This record gives sequence, C-alpha cells and structure tokens, in this order.
Amino acid sequence: MDEESFIHPYIPNSVPEIKKEMLRVIGAGDADELYREMIPERLLLEGAMDLPEPMLSELDLRRRVESILSRNKTTEEYVSYLGAGCWRHYVPRVCEEIAGRSEFLTAYSGGGHSDLGRYQANFEFQSLICELLGMEVSGIPTYDWGAAAGNSVRMATRLTGRREVLVPRSVSPARLSIIRNFCDSASGAGRVTVRMIGVDAATGMVDVADLESKVSDGTAAVYFENPNYLGVIEAEAAAISDLAHGVGAECVCGVDPISLGVLAPPADYGVDIACGDAQPLGVHMYAGGGSCGFIASRDEERYVAEYPLRLISLADTAVEGEYGYGQALYERTSYMARENAKDWVGTTTVLWGFVAAVYMSLLGPQGLRELGETILQKSHYAAQALDELEGAAVPYRTFFKEFPVAFDKPVRDVNEALLSHKIFGGKDLSAEYPELGDAALYCVTEMHSLGMIDGLAAALREVLA
Amino acid sequence: MKLREYHAPRWSEPIVHELSTMGERGFMPPGAEPEIKEKVGPAEALVPEAMRRRTPPALPELSQIRVLRHYLRLSQMTLGMETGVHIGVGTCTMKYSPKVNEALAAMMADVHPLQPEETMQGVLGMAYEFGDVFLREISGMDAFTYQPPGGSAGCYNNALIMRKYHRDNGEPERDEVVTTIFSHPCDAAAPATAGFKVITLYPDPETGLPSTEALKEAVGPRTAGVFVTNPEDTGIFNKRIDEWTGIVHDAGGLCSYDQANANAILGVTRAREAGFDMLFFNLHKTFSSPHGSSGPGSAAVGVTSDLEEYLPVPVIVKRDGAYHLDYDRPKSIGRVRDFMGNLQVVLRSYAWCLAMGARGLREAAEASMINQQYLAEKVKKIRGVSLPFKGRRLDQARWSLEKLREETGVGVADVNRRIVDYGVQSTFTSHHPWLVPEPFTPEPCETYSKADIDHWCAVLETVCEEAYNDPELVKTAPHRSSNHRVAFDGFDDPERWAMSWRAYKRKRGLD
Repeated sequence: MDEESFIHPYIPNSVPEIKKEMLRVIGAGDADELYREMIPERLLLEGAMDLPEPMLSELDLRRRVESILSRNKTTEEYVSYLGAGCWRHYVPRVCEEIAGRSEFLTAYSGGGHSDLGRYQANFEFQSLICELLGMEVSGIPTYDWGAAAGNSVRMATRLTGRREVLVPRSVSPARLSIIRNFCDSASGAGRVTVRMIGVDAATGMVDVADLESKVSDGTAAVYFENPNYLGVIEAEAAAISDLAHGVGAECVCGVDPISLGVLAPPADYGVDIACGDAQPLGVHMYAGGGSCGFIASRDEERYVAEYPLRLISLADTAVEGEYGYGQALYERTSYMARENAKDWVGTTTVLWGFVAAVYMSLLGPQGLRELGETILQKSHYAAQALDELEGAAVPYRTFFKEFPVAFDKPVRDVNEALLSHKIFGGKDLSAEYPELGDAALYCVTEMHSLGMIDGLAAALREVLA
Repeated sequence: MKLREYHAPRWSEPIVHELSTMGERGFMPPGAEPEIKEKVGPAEALVPEAMRRRTPPALPELSQIRVLRHYLRLSQMTLGMETGVHIGVGTCTMKYSPKVNEALAAMMADVHPLQPEETMQGVLGMAYEFGDVFLREISGMDAFTYQPPGGSAGCYNNALIMRKYHRDNGEPERDEVVTTIFSHPCDAAAPATAGFKVITLYPDPETGLPSTEALKEAVGPRTAGVFVTNPEDTGIFNKRIDEWTGIVHDAGGLCSYDQANANAILGVTRAREAGFDMLFFNLHKTFSSPHGSSGPGSAAVGVTSDLEEYLPVPVIVKRDGAYHLDYDRPKSIGRVRDFMGNLQVVLRSYAWCLAMGARGLREAAEASMINQQYLAEKVKKIRGVSLPFKGRRLDQARWSLEKLREETGVGVADVNRRIVDYGVQSTFTSHHPWLVPEPFTPEPCETYSKADIDHWCAVLETVCEEAYNDPELVKTAPHRSSNHRVAFDGFDDPERWAMSWRAYKRKRGLD
C-alpha cells in the first residue's frame, strides 16, 4: 500500500484529494507541519508505531476476533451455577432489541429536546426501580453494586457527620473492598472506619446481638444486603434498621431487584438508602460487563442533596400537557462543583438502565412475582437435592436464588470434576469464608430446568463418591 | 449552502405507567416443573413471613408490542450519532463505533466472569493482548487494567494508586493534588473523593494555560501528585508538559495523565515521553466503543512498571502461553469495581485497533486534527463567534458566543436549542466554571467528512444569522424537535422536582 492510497472505511477524509483541499483551506502543507506548531519536537514520536498492519477487510477482522473468542466456553454450552455478583437470567428478546437500537447505543450527552427519548427512558428507569424498592427518588444508574454501596455509605457519612460504618461479614468481599476504598481517605480527617459485624453461623443472617453491641452515636450507617452475598434472606431486617435508627444512623441496604416480586421492598423494613445492581433485569453478563448499580431513597431534600448521581426530573414545557426533563440540584455534581461535589459522576451504565426499564415494563407486577416464585422453588429444590447427597451439605435454609454448599472435598477438585460434565460449579468460598469449610456458592434461577438440576445432583454424586 | 428540511420524530409518548392496561402481560416467565413444586411446596412458604411482599410493585401492565413500541418511540426521539451529526459534542469524541464490533461483543454476552480461566481464554487473551500489543505502544506505559468502568473511575483508580504509593513509602502526609481548571472535572472530583485536597491552577488569559511558575508554587512536601488533561478541554496542548512532570517528580509527587480524549495524538506523542507515571484512556471515546447514552464505557489505565504492583486485582497476566487472573498482589489497591470491568467495551476497542493498525491510528489522529483546523477556518468567520486564547488547537476548541449574546441577546443555550431544528445535535458547552463566556466546544473527529463539517458550520452560521435577524425565533426554539422549550424552574425545589412517576403523581395530586 503506498503512501497516497491509504483509504480507511472509518475515516472519510482519508481520501487524498479531500485532505489536500482541506489543507489548502487551512494554509498548511501537511499534518506534520501543523503538529510541529502545537507539540514540541522533543515530544513527537519518531517514526511509526510498532503495531500490526491494519485489517481493512471486515471479513478478515471478523474471522480473526471470532477465532479469539471461540476459545471461550459460555453458559450456553455449559450449565452454570455461578452467581456471586453476576447472574444469568433469561433476557427477553425485546430487551436485546432495545439494547441494540442505534439511537440509544450511540447517544451520549445531547440536548434535552434532541434527546427527549433518552431523558424519558432515564426517568422511567428511575420510576420503575423506585416501584420495586418502595422509594421515590433514584438517579441515572452508576457502575455496579459496589460503587452504589460505596456512594450510599458516603452519603450516610455526610448526612450524619459520623465516621464509622458497620458492615456484616456476609457482604460480597469484592464489594467490601470497593466500600473500603470509598471510606479510606488520603487525609486522616476524612477517613471512615469500616467495622465488621458477625453473621449467625446457623442461619447466615446478621448477628443482631453483635450489631446491637456495636452500634453507637458514632455510627454513620449500617450497611447490609438482602439477600446477602451468601444468598440468605435477612428475616430480621426490620430489627437491623431499628438498631441503626436507634442511634441516629442511616440504614443502607443492597438488594437484588429481581427478588422484589416476592420479597418485601426495602422501604417496608426501614431502609433509608437502597442500592443494588440492575444486571439481573434483562442485561447479559458479558463476563462481568453487565453490571448496573442503582441508588434510591425517600424524596427528602437532605437525601437528594447528597446524591453523586445525575437525577432526572420530570418537568413541563411551553406547551400545555407536554413533558420535558431536566436535572435536579445539578450543582451537587462534579460536572459543576469539581472537588466540592458529592463524590464524582461520569459515564456509567445508562444503556443497561434502559434495558432494565424495558424488562420491568415487560414483566409487570405479576410477571415479577411469578418469576420470583419460580426462582424460589427451583433454588430450594436444588438445595434439597444437593443436601441429600453424601458428602454435601447446605447450611442455610432461608435464601432466594443462591446458597452455599459445603463439600467434604476441596471445591477446586469438585469444580474441576464438574467441568468434564459440562457444568460450571458454584463459586469457591473456601478462602473468603473458611468457617463454611469447603463451600461453594450455588446460584439457581429460572434458567435451570429440572433436568439440569437433577443432572447436577447426579454428577456430584459421582464426583463426591 | 441550502440546509435540508428536517423535523424530529414527535410521538408525544406518555410515561410508561400511563400506558398501563390492567391485566395485559408482556412476558410470561417459565414456571417450575410439577416435580419441583411437589417437592418444595408453594413459593410463599419459602420466604420468612416478615420478608414477604404484601403489595405488588406498581409496575405498568402492558402487552409485549406496547412495551416494544414505547421504547422504540423513545429511541426515535433520541438523536444518536449514527443518524445525527455530533460534531458539536466536544470532549466526547463522538466517533463511529463500527457495527461489526457489536456482533463480536455479542459473542461474549453469556460468559460469566467467575468461569474457570481455561474457559475464558478468549476474553482474557483479548484484554491482555490489547494492552500488551496496542496500548503499550500507543502510550509507552507498561501495564494495564480495565477494571475502572469509565474515565472518571480511571481517574479515581489513579488517585487510589497515588494514595497507597505514598503511604507505602512512608509519606502519608502527602495529601494534596494539583490540577488545572481546563482539565476534566473528574481530575479534581475523583482525587477529592479519595480524600485529597485539590489545588487548581487557572490559565494565563493569553495562552489559555497555567504558567509553569504557578505549578512550581503549588507543589511542595505535601504534594501527592498532579492530575492533568492534555490537550486540555480547550484543545490547547501544554508544550511544557514534560517540564511539569519533572517539577512534580522533583517534589516527590506522581503524575497522572488524563488521556480521555487522545484522539488527535495517537501515534504522535505519548505519556511516556511526557514523563507520566500513569494515565487513563476512555475506550468509549478515543477507542470507538459506543457511548451507550452514557455507558457502559471503560477506562484503560496504564502505569509504568514502578506502579504495576498497585493495580487493582485481579490483573490479567500471561504465563506459559495461557492467560490468568492474578489475585496475589500484596500491594494492590484492592478493587474499584467488581470482576474485570466492562470487557465487552475492551473487546470493541481491541477490534477497532486491529482494523486501524499503526497507520490507521495515525490517520485517525491526523484526520481529526486536520478536521479541527478546517472547521476553525470556517467557524471563525461566523458573525458573533470568537475564540479566546491564542494558538492552534489540536482536536477541539472552546469557542465563545459572548459577542452574539451582547449584540442580539441570544446565548449559547438558545443556539443549542435552535440547531437541533436542523437535525444537528446540541453542542457541548463547557464544564464549570464557564471561564469562557457562552462557550461551545465542537470536536470534529475523524468520523466526520468534509461535507459533514461544511453542513455543520452552515447550520451554526444560519442560526447565528437568525439571532441577528429574528432573535425571538432562536430564543423560543426548538420548533422542529421532539418537544418544546422546557418551562419549569422547579429543578432545585423539593416541592416540585420529581425523580419518579410516583413522586410526580403525589406532588401534582394525580392519585
């Protein structure tokens, strides 16, 4: 390919005649001349970068990348019992259709009129997730559950002016690491202490007595999850929020939104700030790229003032009866206030929020309840089937879609053996929760048929023998 | 130039809740098999009584076609970059996201991030090679992570590295960072979230850049480091950037480079030679992954080998020809996001880089830079427009409509509402504070043809002429968009704002 004939399909002005004409208008000879005017010689890269030749043919490119990706196995090919923060649920085709819409896929930060639909879809995401949670305020989604929890906890520390957060051992260790980073501070004055609360060994629920002994007038927030990382439903959630409120702390709770057709909304058991991940609501897993954090609260000024997120508000236009949108208390955000903002806001996961809105609209109240019931029944059937196996035990009884299974063999060996049955076993918990023994976290959803679950039990019987 | 006739779709689409018809269903979930039901009994009994949902959520009840139609209409009332021309949306690098990459990303839709490594060699290998082959050469940095799921998160990630680095070196008292006002707001807000005190340098009114002397005065024994965008949001490249990093290093600080918009300097100049210790690129800007109405995006953070051990876990490594997730990194900052970030975004950027190669990347840089010079030649001739600060801009420029405002009463907010009547997306104005009055920041990246730029400039010129001839026409715009001018001043009023349909109904007494 000679110098003059490099025409790239993604670069219209790579056509030499066009470039020449534009340079003539600019009054420059070539690009180098212009660069030299702007960037000092000593910082200019000498010669071409040492990179592969361009793949101008889409067919060649496609084959190349497909061959790389073909080295993956997927949860379509293997029966997967993995969850632990990323869950495989059925994705309705309508969700995929909207996720792939050119306009939503490629919009960004356009105006409120030219992007009216984008604003409305954001508002509807907020509205629908609020219905699930029993809250009245939510914002544009954030990155993931961890970021949502970190932001929520920081909201609580600003609301209370206190510097200690209580967190049970049953939160996801990955989320805990994210929360710890959010609580730490370069300057000593701003540092927030994360203090751990015990978990009842028999139930997997928060040890309420331990919590009671640790709450104080220095507590900014009690953060817990429901269902928690180990899948357990916190039957005494109201007692947890009462203890938090008793010392003037905020009650912050992370939830799985897909459970909320059958589980009580967090507002009902006294949660002040709810958070979680909308990925289960119609978003594919993408090796962890489907995460979509959310935060919600009551509609009180003191809460709204502490959100880092952009908050889309419904409004009126110059025409009677017509809807328009804008952003509430926009001055809070880092786009306006820089280092004085409430944390920071940026490009997050709006497309997934739209997909979740579609999902909630499709399922409706009845669909969400029926789905929750199916998941409950299937997960409990699977837990019973595994508990009946020689060499396996399910320690907890009160769960939604995930539960630990303790084996009498190392999880690593069990999972390796399951692979040959084309099964991805549950996430190994033995390093994170040694008190559970050789345990793995199993996730069972509507995706698992009776045959699959029985197949898992049969495979495990063989593996554990 | 004769401008095309245009009218945006206007569906007057109600809020999804308003469409609800009791009893309609959009989706039937699968039920549990009879054997399962028989064994475990009714689902309700499996939930502790106190935790059962008593009142169903007030979600709308809709047939499938009505849900689809509703969201299709909302999508039509969104001017995406593939249908509209987004030259005006600067600092955002609204480049084309090749469609073939969507098909490739779909191939990893059903991969779970905790699968055994040997079943994820495709995604792990892709991510590793993207860093090792492309980003290493493009940036000069040594090691990469994609865990931060957006540009600002990348900036935060680097603030965490800075925090831990100084602590590990026995200098926890280093709690100040320096940035510039024309660096993206995340360069101030993310370090502040990590607990740093932020010192902001303001520009010289002539050059548009802070003086090097100001930087010297700002650094000292409490300096943790600098967070700087270059070229800045003004499109001005700081020619003394290597001197700046030297000054910060001499004071004992680290240097983090905001390369969110590195579009015009790919293959031209690099972080390494400018003396930086770490950087982040925005893969949804410079590296073509679609913006998704504001995500999912991704940062690619690159660090020098000195800082590699601080990267968040897990780090994707290559050993004996296979790719692994390395969690055993005692000095790591821990996590900034669950799992490995948005790897489907990384995949698209990797595919884009494969399609570009060295020559294509350099061509993209040159085309975007030349496009900017060409656009500037045209925009500077438009009545009412001015360009503060001297010198040529690399990829974008922050222009001012102050003169237009003074002479006609029409400001940038009005112009932004009017240009959408011509099928052109509203411009990005500026982050705050507005040091440049009535600002707008077009960025004609390599995606746009000469004809696109000519058209965009003709729209801007037409609207500015309208401001002189018929200012009310511009002030009352839009006239051909999906709705009309928002007439609401309650966005800061707790009694009137409404962030959900249920709050709206309560506040408007609609229940």
